[in-house]
Amino acid sequence: MRIGVPREAGRLVAATPTTVGRLTGLGYEVLVEAGAGEAASFPDAAYLAAGASIGSAADAWGADVVTAVEWQPRAPAGLLRPGATLIAQLAPATRAVLLHDLAEHAVTALALDAVPRISRAQSLDVLSALSNVAGYRAVVEAAAEYGGMLAGQVTAAGTTKPATVFVVGAGVAGLAAIGAAASLGAQVRAFDVRPEAAEQIESTGGTVVRASGATQTVSADGYASTLSEDQEAAAARVYATETAGADIVVTTALVRGTAPRTITAEMVAAMRPGSVIVDLAAPGGGNCELTVPGERVVTANGVVILGYTDLAARLPRHSSELVGTVVANVLTLLTPGEDGRLVLDLTDPVVRGMTVTHQGDVLWPPPPVQVSVVPAPPPAPPAPEVRSAVGHDKDGSRRLTRAVTFALAAALAGLLVAASPPGLTGHFTVLALAVVVGFYVISHVSHSLHTPLMSQTNAVSGIILVGALLQIGSSSWIVTLLAVVAASVASINIFGGFLVTHRMLGMFRRGPVRSAASRGGAR
Amino acid sequence: MSVASIVQAAYLAAAVLFILSLAGLSRQETARRGVVLGMSGMVLALAATVALALDRSERPVAVTAALIVLVLVVGASVGTWRARTVEMTQMPELIALLHSFVGIAAVLVGYGSYLTEGTHAGTVHLVEVYLGVLIGAVTFTGSIVAFLKLSARIRSAALTLPGRNWLNLAVLVMCAVLLWWFLAARDRSGLAPLILMTLLALALGWHLVAAIGGGDMPVVVSMLNSYSGWAAAAAGFMLGNDLLIITGALVGSSGAILSYIMCKAMNRSFVSVILGGYGSPAPGATGGAEDPSGVGQHRETSSDAVAALLSGARSVVVVPGYGMAVAKAQYPVAELASRLGDRGVDVRFGIHPVAGRLPGHMNVLLAEARVPYDIVLGMDEINGDLPSTDVVLVIGANDTVNPAAEEDPASPIAGMPVLEVWKARDVVVFKRSMATGYAGVANPLFFRENTAMLFGDAKEQVDAILRAL
Repeated sequence: MRIGVPREAGRLVAATPTTVGRLTGLGYEVLVEAGAGEAASFPDAAYLAAGASIGSAADAWGADVVTAVEWQPRAPAGLLRPGATLIAQLAPATRAVLLHDLAEHAVTALALDAVPRISRAQSLDVLSALSNVAGYRAVVEAAAEYGGMLAGQVTAAGTTKPATVFVVGAGVAGLAAIGAAASLGAQVRAFDVRPEAAEQIESTGGTVVRASGATQTVSADGYASTLSEDQEAAAARVYATETAGADIVVTTALVRGTAPRTITAEMVAAMRPGSVIVDLAAPGGGNCELTVPGERVVTANGVVILGYTDLAARLPRHSSELVGTVVANVLTLLTPGEDGRLVLDLTDPVVRGMTVTHQGDVLWPPPPVQVSVVPAPPPAPPAPEVRSAVGHDKDGSRRLTRAVTFALAAALAGLLVAASPPGLTGHFTVLALAVVVGFYVISHVSHSLHTPLMSQTNAVSGIILVGALLQIGSSSWIVTLLAVVAASVASINIFGGFLVTHRMLGMFRRGPVRSAASRGGAR
Repeated sequence: MSVASIVQAAYLAAAVLFILSLAGLSRQETARRGVVLGMSGMVLALAATVALALDRSERPVAVTAALIVLVLVVGASVGTWRARTVEMTQMPELIALLHSFVGIAAVLVGYGSYLTEGTHAGTVHLVEVYLGVLIGAVTFTGSIVAFLKLSARIRSAALTLPGRNWLNLAVLVMCAVLLWWFLAARDRSGLAPLILMTLLALALGWHLVAAIGGGDMPVVVSMLNSYSGWAAAAAGFMLGNDLLIITGALVGSSGAILSYIMCKAMNRSFVSVILGGYGSPAPGATGGAEDPSGVGQHRETSSDAVAALLSGARSVVVVPGYGMAVAKAQYPVAELASRLGDRGVDVRFGIHPVAGRLPGHMNVLLAEARVPYDIVLGMDEINGDLPSTDVVLVIGANDTVNPAAEEDPASPIAGMPVLEVWKARDVVVFKRSMATGYAGVANPLFFRENTAMLFGDAKEQVDAILRAL
């Protein structure tokens, strides 16, 4: 089958000479439109050298499989021939008409931006990859606009303070922005409504900004969900205080393709002149109220707001490489035979999630996928015969043996109780109840307290002293003597056991005052 | 309201206090209250018992009272002395010894009960006496052997007599025959089978524990704990005393649960531990089971190098084992931990459930050295963090960090959950020599590329690291 790589309106291209090599390795014939890679610094000659052929736009769009970085909003579905497969970013959530058109043209469309976010599909996640690039570029753009240095400098004429960068949303783009800003030397503060993001923020070099009450959960398919009113109010307070103190603000909050309003016009008005806001959510309308998608805006108080929607495309070489690799990964998944024949396995949740139209039907939205994979079951127990110990049977028969033993023991115990004189059944009742109580009480003991528990139960079992004491008064001297010896050892048990338990527990203590205390204890 | 009924009320209160006491011990926060509750229960029970004993005394009350005071004074002074002076590293021995006291007390009380009313008591009572003495005697010698093994007065290797399981069975059958004789004898001649059985039971207890290797001692000690409980419960039946039954059953089930937890931690069945013989080296390899040749090359390091490694680390996990207790290294280890903590290193301790010779032994040692308990974590809590840990210090632990348990299905310890220390960036193993652990299994951890060995006494080595830091 032939794969077509058309030249696109943006600067990116869906295949690089490297990935062309991978695609031909899968058995495909690759046709690249003339000049497709020019803007990303991949000349036609490089594609030819990698084994692709060069053709016209009609050739590329008319191929069996068409790979593109994104589907242009106004491109007609008729560009593709019926029965063809399209692999591109399609934004299926917002383009119902397009999906309808593609389905009518009998095009099988795979949306790169609809890959379920599960671990197995990470290498297919073009959104993450491009977000990463965009986050980095956002800081670079901001640094270019900002009238100062990001890192604090000590010069002959005095010192400058480092810039404060505030990042909203610690997703992939946010984390990349934090990392880029921190490595340029800025003070980075970051906020995310997901509590688990705190650790990631710190790991990339940012300081976590916390807001009580503003936490959020991640839905089953790995994308953030919308906030409640209370949470929004708490978050808004954080945004207000943080933006006022920041030199550069990078906003990255996108919930399912739409951008929540996080930075209001009043907040912008309170910012210092010369501050820069980069709105990575501009494609979804922008997190900042004053953002104009695709434009650079300067407010009345001198704040620059960058609403560029093509941040990833501003680094065309690497972005194209990443998209090309993802496309090659997708085609590897779809070509199990490596024979140049594309196989669509809709039972695979990853393939199913990406496939938005197939054989005339619109398959969007896909059925939900669980993002948190259930931990793999513990490895099966090793084969019984390799264990050296005695008495190991196969698991099943062991369970049976256990059940039979248990039933026999219960029957025996029942017979015993039935056969015993009436006075004794009361004692048996007490015994049985005490055993059950004991099991429940002890099952909850924390592991670190096992030793104190043992010495305590030991002390308690010295209660046998009761029996011995009652015999001391016996009229027989032998009995008295036996009782005295028994009582002595039992009372050693009681005193020793309780005191040693007490002593041990006295040593257990909790942490915070550790340096002072350990100095005292360590000699 | 007679003395007896007041005493019964006191017993009931004491039983409830004991239950609350054990329940209190389940958490650090309530543990101390648990001990106090137990003590008050005991005081209540003893006060009531003394009153009852004086009330029932068959000889002058003054004599009985004097004897009781004498007994309590002896118990209090010896018990207090032992509790004050015992080293935390010797905790297992002390507990084993205390178990034997319960055992011998149960035997003596059984004899006393038989001598008091043996000839005219019913069959049921005789059976109770017999069982009480039997369990008591097994507990007694079993605990003595455990004590001797733990205090290294005898070799801790498993004693493997030929057909040892049949021997045990034969002893039990003989005891059953003797029971029949004992019940048939309606006069004092019943003493003969009782004494014979006692001797057999003593031998049985000795053999049972002698057959269990030192590595299984945590299970054995908690099993003996359980036995001592059942001995007290049997005495309760014998004397018709519900307090003894309740307390005995509590202790008995507590010990049984602990044994079960230990067995699960070693991935062994309870039966196989009890039947013993595990950990005995293969025939012909006795004393020289360690044969690292051919397994690989280990890398030796120095205390200075370890100090340098630690100064560059951001997270350190210390995995102590019995070797730390032997070397009494818990104090320098604790100081190392707090020193690193002051430098901002994230120091934590990872404790395997069967580390040491007693359940929870390591926790007690670290607590003694004033390591805060919230940085002392269990195996399940720490295993997930080990891959992101910079340095793991394995101090005197061996089988509990053996990767063979997970990777080599033919290993005797296959399937035993272990601390996955080899997943950390660097592992330093403190060890006296290349000898194997108690399970007698070679440890491939020592030959891993990210493992360095630091030979010598753990305490001296840790001290040297402290000086180098």
